[in-house]
Amino acid sequence: MLINADVYGADSVIFDLEDAIPVTEKDAARILVRNALRAFSYREAEIAVRVNALSTPFGREDFEEIVPLAPSLIRLPKCETADDILRADELMREIEIRSGLEPGSVGIIPIVESAFGASNLRAIAEASPRVAALNFGAEDYTADLGAERTKEGRELDDVRARVVTAARIAGVQALDSVFADINDVEGLFEEALRVRRLGFDGKSVIHPRQVGVVHSAFTPSEREIDHAERVVRALEEAEAARSGVAVLNGRMIDAPVAAKARKILALSDAAGARREGGERR
Amino acid sequence: MIRNGVGRELPESIPGVACLRPYSGNATGDSDVGRTAARREPKVLASLEEAFRRSEVEDGMTISFHHHLRDGDLVVNMALDVLANMGLRDLVLAPSALFPVHKEVLRHVRSGVVRAIQGSVNGPVGKAASEGLFDLPVILRSHGGRVRAMQTGELRVDIAVIAAPTADSMGNIGGVSGPSACGSLGYAFSDAQYARRVIAVTDTLIEYPATAFSIPQTLVDWVVPVERIGDPGRIVSGTLRVTRDPLRLIIAEQAARVIEQSGVFVDGFSMQAGAGGISLAASTFIRERMRRAGIQGGFISGGITEQSVEMLEEGLFHTLLDVQSFDTAAVASLARNRSHMEMSASFYANTAAKGCVVERLDTAILGATQVDTNFNVNVNTESDGMLLHGTGGHMDTAAGAKLTVIVTPLLRGRMPMIVDRAITVTTPGDTVDAVVTERGVAVNPRRKDLLENLNGKGIPLVDIHDLKRLAEEMTGVPRDPLFGEKIVGVVEYRDGSVIDVIYQRL
Amino acid sequence: MSTVCGQAGTLESCDALVMVLLDTGTLGVSVALDGPSVSAFEEAMRNAVAETLSALKIVDASVTVSERGALDCTLRARVETAARRALAAREGIGERR
Repeated sequence: MLINADVYGADSVIFDLEDAIPVTEKDAARILVRNALRAFSYREAEIAVRVNALSTPFGREDFEEIVPLAPSLIRLPKCETADDILRADELMREIEIRSGLEPGSVGIIPIVESAFGASNLRAIAEASPRVAALNFGAEDYTADLGAERTKEGRELDDVRARVVTAARIAGVQALDSVFADINDVEGLFEEALRVRRLGFDGKSVIHPRQVGVVHSAFTPSEREIDHAERVVRALEEAEAARSGVAVLNGRMIDAPVAAKARKILALSDAAGARREGGERR
Repeated sequence: MIRNGVGRELPESIPGVACLRPYSGNATGDSDVGRTAARREPKVLASLEEAFRRSEVEDGMTISFHHHLRDGDLVVNMALDVLANMGLRDLVLAPSALFPVHKEVLRHVRSGVVRAIQGSVNGPVGKAASEGLFDLPVILRSHGGRVRAMQTGELRVDIAVIAAPTADSMGNIGGVSGPSACGSLGYAFSDAQYARRVIAVTDTLIEYPATAFSIPQTLVDWVVPVERIGDPGRIVSGTLRVTRDPLRLIIAEQAARVIEQSGVFVDGFSMQAGAGGISLAASTFIRERMRRAGIQGGFISGGITEQSVEMLEEGLFHTLLDVQSFDTAAVASLARNRSHMEMSASFYANTAAKGCVVERLDTAILGATQVDTNFNVNVNTESDGMLLHGTGGHMDTAAGAKLTVIVTPLLRGRMPMIVDRAITVTTPGDTVDAVVTERGVAVNPRRKDLLENLNGKGIPLVDIHDLKRLAEEMTGVPRDPLFGEKIVGVVEYRDGSVIDVIYQRL
Repeated sequence: MSTVCGQAGTLESCDALVMVLLDTGTLGVSVALDGPSVSAFEEAMRNAVAETLSALKIVDASVTVSERGALDCTLRARVETAARRALAAREGIGERR
């Protein structure tokens, strides 16, 4: 039930009007989602709606019905060029103004699903201030490449690295694609850990039981948190003593090390893994 | 002075001692075919009808049945058909519970064979009761309350009909073998103890003496062999499936977290969980937490499932106390594991017994059809006011357990599960400690200690009134069902007092 | 004009199966409701149907709702979808003439 979307612990919930919906039910899905957004306040998660591409007969109406309800984000499928983003941006602006919403308030997450789109990642990510994150769709992408999907996912190494790079240049988040086998918990964990290490900020899931697994993979270990805390403490001590350089274990703490440590702590705070006085679960 | 049967002279009485009754000899058979020791007539009879006749069945009598064969039972319907054919009327049915298969009872109610029901109803029979079919209200009793009433004589059972998976010719009844094996015969034992006449109906007559039995021959009058007493596939399930519904799993895990942090979660910890989807799942999560924390549990009581057996065999718990075996694994375990023990309904939950198991329970995980803002729990009627369920062990377990956790989704369909006023109070709020939903956990304000233990542990604590408000926001405010003047059900508390009455649903 | 029908929804738990018939010949909106929540929410359901049809400017229609615990927003969505499908069907017939 749509009403329970935010109960499973996901940080963001995507209502899909696109590939999960058969053509004969596109109208029904659109109205159901619109009504749900009207009726429920979804306090526990941010809401994104994956609309149909503007190039389809359904896309425009999706925007017209959904944007006025001010979801946090529109997930835009099949993005290939910056222009795809710009056209969506323009349409959304029109609708926002008409609906009395602040123009630019609804974000966009472009989903890149083709080789051509993958060649324009940076342009897509930088196309509009609405872009909050960059996502890629592994299934369509590998199909487009003519590549085979494997469990280790080496065939996606290149595009993953480029998605992260483009996202960083644009100053937006990088979000990884779904792991389809809902019964393979270990496989999901390993993939999530791998993409976190590549620099991804999060991952899409397709079943509530996958939420906890991804959160685990994105939660730094006790050792990592420990180390990060010591780094930050050393930095604070150095600042307090007005000494120019912070040192930990005989090694200088330079900017990237400090940045990584702060990121670890931010992740662990977000995961609730840290407690007052260092007491941890 | 008088002479007795061996020629000894005896005074008729001795001052300070009662009158002396002289020995008159043994009844013996013919001496040329060998001496036959004094013995009863054979207990094995050709038909149930004959057994009823010898039990001197009359109109208006109370006939009891147990429910260990659950929805696979054939004996209740069989017995009622026989009684109807014998022309009996106005009987009082006293089942420990009824199942959908027993909808045939309604036929006998309409024809006047059955006048009233005491103990429990379910499904179609409950619905008919709600609609006003019975002249007399159904008296609903918990498992413990039913035995108490039999013990005090408030419920006088004239004839107990006991479906017996195995029985020998003297009436030693067993539950763990035979095609209709059901495991524990805990409820049946209590019937056998208190009924005036006891008839065992079996499809597996075994050689005397049975080596394993639950009910001894000393309590049994007659044994009637029949073709089948039950449908094995509907007596026990292959395995009960833990719910896979993600919403219910969230609730189950939350319940496990509450128990973990509550203060009862230490070595020796005992628990009872229903066999319903959420409760079973909660047991799974508790099991994980016990392993993680290295906790050695005490006993699991109540309805025993494969999962309980696994926890016993894994060493997480010492003992299983089984009043009802739910699946084939439980039945097999009862037969082979020494620490898997059968217990009677009295041992389990009877307030009039010299101590019962529920009083020793640390935690119970139970369901509900409604919970109100006073933490009263309804399990007898649904949100539409229809009487559809017997009480079971709910009020007994809740009263005894140190920590009673009710698990329920906030909504079922469009009906809120948390309401201002439960349509029927089965289990009073002062025996309920926490209500776990997918939108948060409400702790009974009387339990300040529990609130303190749960605070700051990442458990979403909410006020029960807020849960009720949230539910109503989602569904709209439901209209209360319409009831008439006629009382169709009386809900007895475990001590025989009346906790609520149920009116006819218009 | 011949009767046109639009249908939406399913009989799955928490949903509602709704049929909207237009041009039946009878005036006004008639609504038939069935399902487990009707006795508790009949008034709210009738309002939901009436308001949804009214927003689409439909004045004459025959509606059947078979609900299985659908919340208000779902019921309204199903009524609206069914009504729109009926309107589209009517337009389709109009085009063909």
